[in-house]
Amino acid sequence: MENFFSRYRNEWILVGVLFVQVIALATQVRVAEGRAEGAASGSTPLIRVWVVGMFAPFQRMAASAGSGIRHAWSHYFYLRNVQEENQALKQEQDRLRLEMIRLQQDAEQGRRLQSLLQFREQFISRTLAAQVIGSSGTDFSKVIYVDRGSRDGVRAGMAVITPDGVVGKISRADNSVSQVMLISDPQSGAGVLLDRLRVNGVLKGTASGYPEMHYVMSDEKIEVGDRIVTTGGDRVFPKGLLIGTVQAFAPDKDRFPFYSIRIKPAVNLSRLEEVLIITGLAERETNSAGTADPTSRRAADLLSQKLPGVKPKETIDKKGDTATAAGDDTSESVPEGVDTAPPPPDPLPKTKSAPQQKNGEARPR
Amino acid sequence: MARFSIVREGVEVYRFSWISTVLAPLAALYVQASVPRVFPFFTVFDLPLMVTIFFSLARRNKIAGTVTGAGIGLLQDALTQLPLGLFGIAKTVIGYAASSIGAKVDVDQPYTRILLVFGFYLIHRLVLQLVRSLVQMPMELSWAYELGAALANALAAIVVFWMLDKVKIRK
Repeated sequence: MENFFSRYRNEWILVGVLFVQVIALATQVRVAEGRAEGAASGSTPLIRVWVVGMFAPFQRMAASAGSGIRHAWSHYFYLRNVQEENQALKQEQDRLRLEMIRLQQDAEQGRRLQSLLQFREQFISRTLAAQVIGSSGTDFSKVIYVDRGSRDGVRAGMAVITPDGVVGKISRADNSVSQVMLISDPQSGAGVLLDRLRVNGVLKGTASGYPEMHYVMSDEKIEVGDRIVTTGGDRVFPKGLLIGTVQAFAPDKDRFPFYSIRIKPAVNLSRLEEVLIITGLAERETNSAGTADPTSRRAADLLSQKLPGVKPKETIDKKGDTATAAGDDTSESVPEGVDTAPPPPDPLPKTKSAPQQKNGEARPR
Repeated sequence: MARFSIVREGVEVYRFSWISTVLAPLAALYVQASVPRVFPFFTVFDLPLMVTIFFSLARRNKIAGTVTGAGIGLLQDALTQLPLGLFGIAKTVIGYAASSIGAKVDVDQPYTRILLVFGFYLIHRLVLQLVRSLVQMPMELSWAYELGAALANALAAIVVFWMLDKVKIRK
C-alpha cells in the first residue's frame, strides 16, 4: 500500500488539490431557480478582499496617471479641428435648444397626467462619481472595479450609470473599492421595457457580451433601433434610464412564443472611464401642480436633459457667473422650475469632468 | 519552494528566486486586470495561464506545477465575481500537464513553446467549460474564436517566455 501511494504521489497530490477546490466550489455555489449564482451575493471570501486590496492602489495610480496624460494631451496639445468642431457644436446647440423646449413641454404634460393618476415616482436624489480602475481581465466575467467603496457610502445593489445610460450594479463593496457587475454579464438582470411599444421584458447578460431582452411576445411590432429603458420595477435601476437599442431580434428557441432581442448597449461597456453610482433614491408622489420635488428629479428627466444645459440668453446675462457655477462641478440634482425657471444645468456630469468632483456627493440628505 | 529535483537526465531543470516566483504571477494578474480597461481586446490573452505554463515547464516537477497552477488560478478567480475555484481547477490541470510534458520534452525551442501554449490554451478552455457546466454556469464557446485566441496566446507567449527566461536560474 505504501508503495502504491509513493509511486503515484504526484497524481495523488493532483487529485487532492482538485478535490479540495471542487468541494470549495460546491460550497460557494447556490442554485436558485435553475440558475447558479456566485458567492457575490453573500459574504465576501477573504481572498477576494486581499487580492483586490493589493491591486487597487496600483490600478488607481495608473488610472490617475493615464487620465492626466490624456487630459493634458487633449486639452493642451491636440487641438486640431477644434474650430470646426466648435462651429458644428454651436449648430447642434441651436438644434438641441429647440428640442429641449419641446421635451420640456412633453415632460410637463406627462407630469400633469401622472398627477391626475396619483403616480408614485422614483427620483435620483444622490449620485457619486467614481473612476474605473480595473476589470476582471477575463471575458467570462464582465465586472469592473471602481475607486469608491463602503467608506464612501457605496453598498451592494446600487445602480451604476453614465450620462449615456445604464452600466450595471454594484455587486460587492469593499472598503475603498467596489466591484460593478455590468449589464452584459451573464449573471446580471433587470426589468426593462421597449420605450416605443411600452412592452415589458427582462434584460439578461450573455456570454457574448451583448445583453438580451426576453419575454417579449413574438407578435409585437419591434423594429431595429427601438430604445429600451428600465422599468424601475426591479428596485435597483430607477425608471426610464436608457439601456440601449434593439440590434436584432428572433424567435426565442428556448421560450416559445417569445422573442429574444439582442441589445446594443447605449454605453460602451468596454471603454468606461468614469461612472456615477446612484447612492440615493427617493420615492414620492407628483404634486397636484404637476411639478416635481425641487430637490430631486425623475430619472427619465435626468437623461432627457443630457442635452446641454442651455439657458435663454437673457437669463445668462442676468445671472452671469452664478448660472455657470451651478452646473460646473457637481453631479447633483438641481431644482427644477418647470414653468418659469430656465432649463437647469446638466444634472449628470460628462464623464470627463467626473474626476474634479471626486469627493463631492451630489446632494447631502 | 524554488528547489525541485531533476526528473530526467539531459533535460535542463531550472529554479527561480522566491521574488520572481511571487512577483511574476502577481505582475501577470495585475496587467491582466488593468490593461483591458484601456485596450478591451486584451481579454483575449491569458497572461496568468502563460505564467503557469512557463513555471511548470521550467521546473519540470508535477507537484510544483500543480501548486503553481492552483495558486495562480485561485488568485485569478478572486478578481471575478464567479465562485472561487473555476480558474483554480483549470490551471491546476494545466500546471500538472505542463510539468509532465516539461519532464519529457525540450521546451526551450520557440516552436515547441508555440505548440504547447496553443494546445494548453484549448485544454484550459475545455476544462473551464467542464467546470462551469458542473456548477451550472456553462459559457458559449465559439471554436473560431477559441482557435484564434489560442494562436494569439501562443504568439504572445514567445514574448512573455522570453522575458521570464531572464529570471530563470539553471540548477
